[in-house]
Amino acid sequence: MAADNLPTEFDVVILGTGLSESVIAAACARVGQRVLHVDRRSYYAANWASFTFNGLLSWIDDNKQGGQSPEEVLDWSGKVESGEDILPLSTMDTSISNLEVFCYTSEEPEEDEEEKKEDATPISTLSPAPQSEGEEGNQATSPTDNRRNHEGETTLDILSESPPEQQDQEECAPLAEDQQILSSDGEPQGEEQLSGSAPTQAKKKKISYTKIVKEGRRFNIDLVSKLMYSRGLLVDLLIKSNVSRYAEFKNVSRILTYRQGKVEQVPCSRADVFGSKELTVVEKRMLMKFLTFCLDYEQHPEEYQDFTERSFWEFLQNNMLTENLQHFVLHSIAMVPRETHTEEGLRSTQHFLRSLGRYGNTPFLFPIYGLGEIPQCFCRMCAVFGGIYCLRHSVQCLVLDKESGRCKAVIDTCGQRISCSHFVVEDGYIREEQRKGVEHKHISRAVLITDGLLLQSESEQQISLVTVPPLEPGAPAVRLVELCSSTMTCMPGTYLVHLTCPSSGSAREDLQPVVSRLFTKPASAGEEGDGSDERPAVLWAVYFNMRDSTAADRSGYDLPGNVHVCSGPDAALGSDHSIRLAQEVFRQLAPHEEFCPPAPNPEDIVYDGDGGQGEGAGFSEAAQAEEGAAEEAEESKEKEASQESSPVEVGEMPDPPPAPLAEE
Amino acid sequence: MLKEREKKLKIYLTSRDACFTKRKEGVLDEEVLLLTQQLLSSNPDFATLWNYRREILLHLETVRSEDEIQRLYEEELSFLEACLKVNPKSYGSWHHRGWVSTRLPRPDWARELSLCERCLSLDDRNFHCWDYRRMVVRVSGVPVDQELQFTDRLIGSNFSNYSSWHYRSTLLPLLHPGSPEAASPQREPPTSSACSSPSTSPQTHSHRVCEEQLLKEYELVQNAFFTDPNDQSAWFYYRWLLGRAEREEMISCVYVSREGERVVVAFSRPVNALSVGLLLVVDGQPQQVNWRSAHPRLRHSPMWICDLPPGTISDTSNEHNLTVHWTERHTHRDCALYTGRSESWCRDSATDLELFRSELSVEKSSVLQSELQSCTQLLELEPQNKWCLLTIILLMRALDPLGYEKETLAYFQTLKEVDSMRTSYYSDLCSKFMIENTILKMEYAEVRVFSLCEKNLSTLCHLDQLLLVTHINLSSNQLLGLPPQFAMLQCLEVLQADDNAIENLEGVYHLSKLEEVSLRNNNITQLSDLKILTTCPRLARLDLRGNPITQIANIQSQLAELLPSITELLL
Repeated sequence: MAADNLPTEFDVVILGTGLSESVIAAACARVGQRVLHVDRRSYYAANWASFTFNGLLSWIDDNKQGGQSPEEVLDWSGKVESGEDILPLSTMDTSISNLEVFCYTSEEPEEDEEEKKEDATPISTLSPAPQSEGEEGNQATSPTDNRRNHEGETTLDILSESPPEQQDQEECAPLAEDQQILSSDGEPQGEEQLSGSAPTQAKKKKISYTKIVKEGRRFNIDLVSKLMYSRGLLVDLLIKSNVSRYAEFKNVSRILTYRQGKVEQVPCSRADVFGSKELTVVEKRMLMKFLTFCLDYEQHPEEYQDFTERSFWEFLQNNMLTENLQHFVLHSIAMVPRETHTEEGLRSTQHFLRSLGRYGNTPFLFPIYGLGEIPQCFCRMCAVFGGIYCLRHSVQCLVLDKESGRCKAVIDTCGQRISCSHFVVEDGYIREEQRKGVEHKHISRAVLITDGLLLQSESEQQISLVTVPPLEPGAPAVRLVELCSSTMTCMPGTYLVHLTCPSSGSAREDLQPVVSRLFTKPASAGEEGDGSDERPAVLWAVYFNMRDSTAADRSGYDLPGNVHVCSGPDAALGSDHSIRLAQEVFRQLAPHEEFCPPAPNPEDIVYDGDGGQGEGAGFSEAAQAEEGAAEEAEESKEKEASQESSPVEVGEMPDPPPAPLAEE
Repeated sequence: MLKEREKKLKIYLTSRDACFTKRKEGVLDEEVLLLTQQLLSSNPDFATLWNYRREILLHLETVRSEDEIQRLYEEELSFLEACLKVNPKSYGSWHHRGWVSTRLPRPDWARELSLCERCLSLDDRNFHCWDYRRMVVRVSGVPVDQELQFTDRLIGSNFSNYSSWHYRSTLLPLLHPGSPEAASPQREPPTSSACSSPSTSPQTHSHRVCEEQLLKEYELVQNAFFTDPNDQSAWFYYRWLLGRAEREEMISCVYVSREGERVVVAFSRPVNALSVGLLLVVDGQPQQVNWRSAHPRLRHSPMWICDLPPGTISDTSNEHNLTVHWTERHTHRDCALYTGRSESWCRDSATDLELFRSELSVEKSSVLQSELQSCTQLLELEPQNKWCLLTIILLMRALDPLGYEKETLAYFQTLKEVDSMRTSYYSDLCSKFMIENTILKMEYAEVRVFSLCEKNLSTLCHLDQLLLVTHINLSSNQLLGLPPQFAMLQCLEVLQADDNAIENLEGVYHLSKLEEVSLRNNNITQLSDLKILTTCPRLARLDLRGNPITQIANIQSQLAELLPSITELLL
């Protein structure tokens, strides 16, 4: 909708398109509220977004410049009546800091040996200290950096103008064109064009930076790395609300861990335990026995009551579990630190186990095309039920009623006054003055593009969760998610690796030690033949810190009662926090309405007038529901996805397989 | 929502009625094909419509070219895929798919296999799909080793799947057949019989697996039951692995009684002698005889009896040679009745046949021993696991039934405690093993006395093995009756069954040598319960003390009237 011509009255105005805000938007629209949903960014999903490679480069640029450039402060006195106050919002996004980019692969389009870099050159270093965000601009720029910026921008000129869905639609055509041009130039030959179907031999074939940029649209790089617990709140909500039909998912195929200097598979499901070659039969029995107990540990308090004051680690040691089993349970299944109390450890283990077997052999799902799809799916649901969307549009300030202290209206970036009864806003838009000593935590993030799997397997298409316990006492446990090209998040022949941990220093300080243990650099010319190092090579890496505002609760903000703040992503693996938050906010907005009731199935809708009583007039092909156009865009994606192994449909299966640990 | 549903229902019913009308009118065109398709795609479990569709397709086959037919059936297959998405367990859809596949001029079996693969990945226990897949594999000739890998894969993803394990058990003998000689040592010819017979191996080997593969299978299945000892599919497969022996069909015994002028033939499994072509030859002369089973209620019986024409063998001064031919199986057994003998037999005894090991094959005992060790190890971790307990008992039976008798009884006790719902089953199984052990002991001692007191017997079995027994003592058990099979104790003279709860004497039927019956402290209540004893002409002593029947007035005189042969009656 044209930003300067919005209706002036809404029930709810929502600023920010992160997960919580999008769920609230969908929930409100679903029960008939008039929703205006805006985001000052040019893309959906805020810090939950997924970018193409070039999109990410442009995002990096934007954040290097210290968030969005301050907007001109308009004079809005004319919009305000007597008895009203103004509460301005922040125009700066300072949630990202310590951005560092490294490129380890050849910058040249051709495999030019001389140009190959042996060591990582920090290409752009932004504010090394975590606190001084976004002040120094372009200090460490090298010539190569300039060129990349240039490349990034040229592509992005087109991209940033179009909303994400359209990007995907465009995907196929220009790419094919590029390739034609390439081959006529006689540069990269044959195989390149086949790379989509034939598995490339990652180890042998070098992937140049140019190639990554050229294939940049095949990437969907998540800013936050999360997985969906199959029985977590998000999956339940997707099913309940029918929003799941807007997306497709894949099972995480392996749980891995780093133990005694090598990456190994964690046997967590019944099938894994059965198939494990590493465990003895007695270990298998002990592990299964323990896991079965954890599934309903509340029923057997006698088993752990002596340990309620002691750590989960001690409890495990006391349970006849061998050392490797202790590692698996603590780090990869419960995913808690050693000092965690026994009951919390048991609860975490139970959460993991309950999600097992619903859709596959691991507890996790990953949305095809990246996590950024999920907020967008809820936005689509909101739009289907009449919500109005406007990107690159924001709210400058709130209009408060002096007497009641409530927010009556907002004034948008076009200076238009829009009245509303509730205002929902992402934490990042709140000015420091409105925070009452809220101490923010940070998440350390790294995204790597690599050339091989961390643990080789029969199939090159694996989605793995890798848990790396603290490398030294006091260091954080690091979580890796390794995505393959069938998730449609990276180009064939490469893998996308996300590293996440709660920050103790800058992202690079926190994560570099893990990266250097697990990965290598691309072999330079002479080293080619040496096969001793089986670790995958990092082709490209970005490190950054993201603010984790989940610690703040309502009382942490000095804001009117009808202004609801949504925190950004947290460091946890699941998204339960955001869903719970959305549910709480919705309850304040619409105390008597159901939260995201199932949207009617298009097939259940019979339209008057069509499908007459004649012979077999199509009840089977009942008209597709209202969002026909939106789905077309989706279809092109689906076609591509379906060429790979079939994605998981999230929903109650007609005949679910048995719970993995339950008796037959 | 409700309104919408009503509307849909109305459309559905209208279409359905239209279909029925067209069928009545005999319309067989493509328009109806489309109509039924619309109905079936919303409700694939409508058998009448599938039938109608087949009628139409068969008709179209006669008027279309082959290419058109091919296209038509291919469309049908695509349509069926949509139906299977609606209901992956629809009988109608799967059956129709099978039918279409056989009609298709140029079938694409690879496509069908991949369809099955997809279906089974959604639900690995969809038996419709399993059935259909077996058909596809058979028709398209998928190699056995590929199929074995297929079961590897399915078992790997979820081993709680009888279909996969069972499929494996049918593939292994084809792919890794065992050698017939390896596992079954030849036995010495029987010594206790009056004459020897050609000693044939009691087991056939069609379902055997070579030892090397067998060891791998043991490992696989152990991984399964250590991972989840409560999953029964793995245990069942394990039992199959351990016990693949099959008894050969044969005549196990021929018994002849001179004074009774009677021949009794025992078989290795129950048969109906009237339909298997049994032929008796005495001194070279085929005899016209009427075969009867030991009890009229047993139509299939391991034991059949015939009376010889009077005078055929009654002269004690002559030797007679008898041969029983089982023409259907091309097998026979000879028996010589020597001069002066009143009876004779020729047989393979239970010990000769390793009869009671047949549940578990006679594998190299070192292998079984190590299996027993694994199970004992598991039992230490899972002392309450019934499958483990039961398997240990079976392994012990296979290794040394008499040597492990004490342990076996202890494990049975535990089993009854941990699985109280099946106490009776375990009692019966334990009774069976006790009877087997007693038979073995009797055979080793070469006597015709069978004594099994105070063993908590709840049932009787293997009674065909007691053909030659003259004295039986079943006192102090928990028997409720003497079943029809008891009539197979054709040589029985003395029956002792005191201190049981017997109320039924059905099996004490035509036991021509029975002289003494002791049934103290049982549950005989009515005169009619004893009527069966009138079939035993030599019965002279009967002890009924401690039975309710003794409370009946005038019982003594009534009994004297019913059983005039009795000379000693204790009430």
